[in-house]
Amino acid sequence: MKRKSFWSWIWLIIGMLYFILPLYATFDFSLRARKGVLSFLSYQNIFKDPNFWSTIRFSLVIAVFTIIVSILLVVPTAYWIRLRLPQLRGMLEFISMLPFVVPAIVLVFGLIRVFSGAPFFLTNTYFGTDALLVAAYVVLALPYVFRSVDTGLAAIDVISLTEAAQSLGASWSTIMFKIIFPNLKVAILSSAFLTLATVIGEYTIASFMVGIKAFGPYMSLIGQNRTYESSSLAIISFMVTWSFMGLIQLFNRGKADSGSLAGAR
Amino acid sequence: MAFLSLTNVSKVFGTTAAVEDFNLEVDKGEFVSFLGPSGCGKTTTLRMIAGFELPTTGKITLDGEDITYKSPNQRNVGMVFQSYALFPNLTIGQNIGFGLQVRKLPEADIKKRIDEMLALVHLEKHINKYPYQLSGGQQQRIALTRALAINPRVLLLDEPLSALDAKIRVELRLEIRRIQQTMGITTIYVTHDQEEALLISDRVVVMSQGIMEQVGTPANIYNFPASEFVAQFVGQLNLIKVTDVDLKKGTCLLANQPVKFEQSSKITISDKPRLAIRPEELQIGTGAGRNALKGRVESVLFLGAVVRLRVDLGGELISADFFNERTRTLPRKGDDVVISFPEYSCWLI
Repeated sequence: MKRKSFWSWIWLIIGMLYFILPLYATFDFSLRARKGVLSFLSYQNIFKDPNFWSTIRFSLVIAVFTIIVSILLVVPTAYWIRLRLPQLRGMLEFISMLPFVVPAIVLVFGLIRVFSGAPFFLTNTYFGTDALLVAAYVVLALPYVFRSVDTGLAAIDVISLTEAAQSLGASWSTIMFKIIFPNLKVAILSSAFLTLATVIGEYTIASFMVGIKAFGPYMSLIGQNRTYESSSLAIISFMVTWSFMGLIQLFNRGKADSGSLAGAR
Repeated sequence: MAFLSLTNVSKVFGTTAAVEDFNLEVDKGEFVSFLGPSGCGKTTTLRMIAGFELPTTGKITLDGEDITYKSPNQRNVGMVFQSYALFPNLTIGQNIGFGLQVRKLPEADIKKRIDEMLALVHLEKHINKYPYQLSGGQQQRIALTRALAINPRVLLLDEPLSALDAKIRVELRLEIRRIQQTMGITTIYVTHDQEEALLISDRVVVMSQGIMEQVGTPANIYNFPASEFVAQFVGQLNLIKVTDVDLKKGTCLLANQPVKFEQSSKITISDKPRLAIRPEELQIGTGAGRNALKGRVESVLFLGAVVRLRVDLGGELISADFFNERTRTLPRKGDDVVISFPEYSCWLI
């Protein structure tokens, strides 16, 4: 037993070092902007840069719209598939995986080509371009949103809950907003955080559509021109992503607790 | 005129007929059970009454109104599911009040009705709990009150006790009947448990392979089964091969021993006739006007209140049930016994 435990610890430590060492090295490097001393100078420079705030604000707004559109699109679709068209679930699952298969560069060129000419002149205006960016991110976020929502739907008895609500006189909108959406709260939050993390750091689509306005291209630019600031930006973006992951864990833990109580009864 | 009426109702899924030519009239306040094995069409019929399935042919009327194609949320029919189907995001009180809120009733009325319903099942103190904080039996009680809270025209229960353990099931089926009688609500109850159906129903509809086999009171169904399926499905039944059948005289030979029978039911006799008799009709010893058969005890099964003898009649086994008595000396395996039964208690299949 002791021997087994020893090797478990060894593997755990190796695994942790594999992930932590590069991060530590990056963090350490980010503190060396001032010669000979450790300081947060590079972080101060980043936070003083107005482009940092404007790009992160822009990406956050785009992320929020992406989340809203994704959820309004995916939740009713996944719900209806589970309720009435379960035979189509496999197909939808396959479609949701396509963004992993089609490279972002192909997607962005396709979108620009289709929506820059007649009859869609979306890229002629800032609003049109931003809307197109949201649409592209909705596609990009589809695997995360669909998986989360579908898993959430699998955890509740969608058919019985719907029929119970119907027999009590509820309309489809009441069922959606009073029963389905509230019961998918954790799944929706998980998918929202994953989408947010994806959109904040996305580079390819953003750079071709809106350029330096978005946070991803801004990070890339900093990486090319300012050595220490790029490391600090990497650490900041890691912190942001981890915060979102932590929030997902927090919400999921709440749900797991309630489940275990039900099981013990 | 019947309160709930199903006329020539059938339902076909693809090429499979789930329900065929179903006709039933239910009076107001009546408790009717649909009884049958899995896949017999009982749940499909219930779902057609609820509006979750549309009949392929036929007509369903409720209180004089044609509801055949009406959507489920406009039928005012209460439904209780096997899986309880309580809304996990709402408290017990909110679950019960859900249908009333949908109807936009005043808050005070909703509160009053929730309290009434909780008092009905003695779960008042759980009003602010969530479904997962209650046991299965408590959840099903809440599901029942939620369905009743809206004052439905008909209460539909789809195997509501199947997910519960035996003790709770016994308690809850009597409670369902008590509540049904208190409120006088017309109820359709789907079950595959014959004991449950016989115990709580005014009438039982026995179904098999989408067809209604028999409708009647529990006693009628049990004592005068209309088909071999009903006879075998409801209760225990001995079916023993017989020869030399004389229908006019009502006689036959069972293991070369003469037997008289009364063919009171309308059951068609097959090419290979068998004598049907319930185990509880048999007793040890003889008596006037009774068929007597000699045999050897093959096994004695002590079931507590009941003792079941398996008697070998010379190649044919017959089961005999009798109540246990503390002072009674039970036969032992290998003992020679005479068992007897009245002529009117057996029939041919």
